[in-house]
Amino acid sequence: MKTVFVTVGTTSFDELIENITTLDAVQALKARGYERLVLQVGRGSLLPTADSCPLIRVEAFRFKDSIAEDMKQADLVISHAGAGSCLEALGAGKPLLVVVNDKLMNNHQLELAEQLHTDSHLLYCTCSTLTETLKTMDLAILQPFLPGQPKNFANFLDRALGVR
Amino acid sequence: MAFLAGAVVSVLLICLLFIIRLFVVVKTGPKYKPGTKDPITVLVVAGSGGHTTEILRLMECLSSAYTPRHYVIADSDKMSEEKICTFESSRNQLDSKTQFTICRIPRSREVHQSWSSTVVSTLNALHYSLPLVFRLKPDLVLCNGPGTCVPLCVAGLLLGVLGIKKVLIVYVESICRVQTLSLTGRILYPLSDYFFVQWPSLRDKYPKSIYLGRIV
Repeated sequence: MKTVFVTVGTTSFDELIENITTLDAVQALKARGYERLVLQVGRGSLLPTADSCPLIRVEAFRFKDSIAEDMKQADLVISHAGAGSCLEALGAGKPLLVVVNDKLMNNHQLELAEQLHTDSHLLYCTCSTLTETLKTMDLAILQPFLPGQPKNFANFLDRALGVR
Repeated sequence: MAFLAGAVVSVLLICLLFIIRLFVVVKTGPKYKPGTKDPITVLVVAGSGGHTTEILRLMECLSSAYTPRHYVIADSDKMSEEKICTFESSRNQLDSKTQFTICRIPRSREVHQSWSSTVVSTLNALHYSLPLVFRLKPDLVLCNGPGTCVPLCVAGLLLGVLGIKKVLIVYVESICRVQTLSLTGRILYPLSDYFFVQWPSLRDKYPKSIYLGRIV
C-alpha cells in the first residue's frame, strides 16, 4: 500500500496537519496512488483519528522512540524543515517534500532545507501552496543524497596528528 | 596610591602574559603531533539530540589509536547516554581492547534560555569542566556545537596556557550550518586548532576552516 509519512519532529505544526488532511490535499494524494497517510504530529493540538478522512487510511501518533520504521515504509515523506527530519528522510532514500512553517522567522534550520532544495535533493513549499504542490510536483527531478564521508575526517585527523 | 598603581600594573601584566601565552598555544596546534607516540586520549563533547548523532558518525571512523574516549553529556540528557553505549558496544566487537567513559556536566545553555542567565549557567558549567578536563588531561577535545563545548574547550586551553599540557581543540560545525556559523562556532573559530565546516559557502567566509565535503 503506497504510504505517505508526515513528520513534524519534536515541534508542533498544526497548520501542516490541518492542510494535509483537507479534502483537496487527500484527493491530490489519491490521484497519485497513495492510499495510506501516517501522521507524526508531535506537540500539536491536532491528533486526527482513523475516520477523520473517508478517502484515505489515516494513522496518527505524537511521538515514538524511533520513526525509522515509518520512514522505511513510506513512499513519500512530507516533513517540517527541521534538519534532523530532513536528513533522516534523505538518509532513508525517500522522496521528500519539505513544508516550511513561514510563521517561524529567522529559523536557522531553514538554511539546510533551502540548500538541499537548491541541490535538488528535496521539494519545498509552504502550507498555502501544499495542495498545489501535491498536484503538480515531479518527484523524478530529485537527485539522490549521498551519505557524508566521516572517513575523510578520520584520514585528515590521522595525518594532522601523526597517527600511523 | 603607589600600591594601587602597582597592583593595577601587575594585573595588566598578568593579563598581557596570559594573552601572549594563549596566542602561542593556539598557534602551535598544527605542529603538535601527539599521535606519533602514544594512543590519543579524546574528550568527546556529545551535547544532545542531533549533535550526538552527528558526533558519533565522526567517531565511527576513528581508529583504536583514539583511546580512551571520554564522552561528556549534559546532565539533563538521557537519550545521548543510550546512543553512546549502543555505539561503543557495536564498536567493541571490532577491537577487543576499547575503553570509554561517560561524564556529565550541567548544561551551559538550554534552548531559548535568556542571555543573562546563560552567563551564569556557563560559569557554573566551567566550574564543573575545569576539574574534569584537568583530571582527564585529554590530547584532543572533539566537539560540534552544543553550548557545553565552550567551557570544556576553555578548560583545555587553560591546560595549555599553564604549560601543563597542549590540548588540541577540534571543532566540526554541524551540517545544519550552511551560511552562518552557530554561536559556539563563532566563539571557537579563533580558539580551535582544526575547524571543520561542511558547506563551501562557509569555507569561503571563514578562511581558516577546513572543508572536506560532507563528513557526517
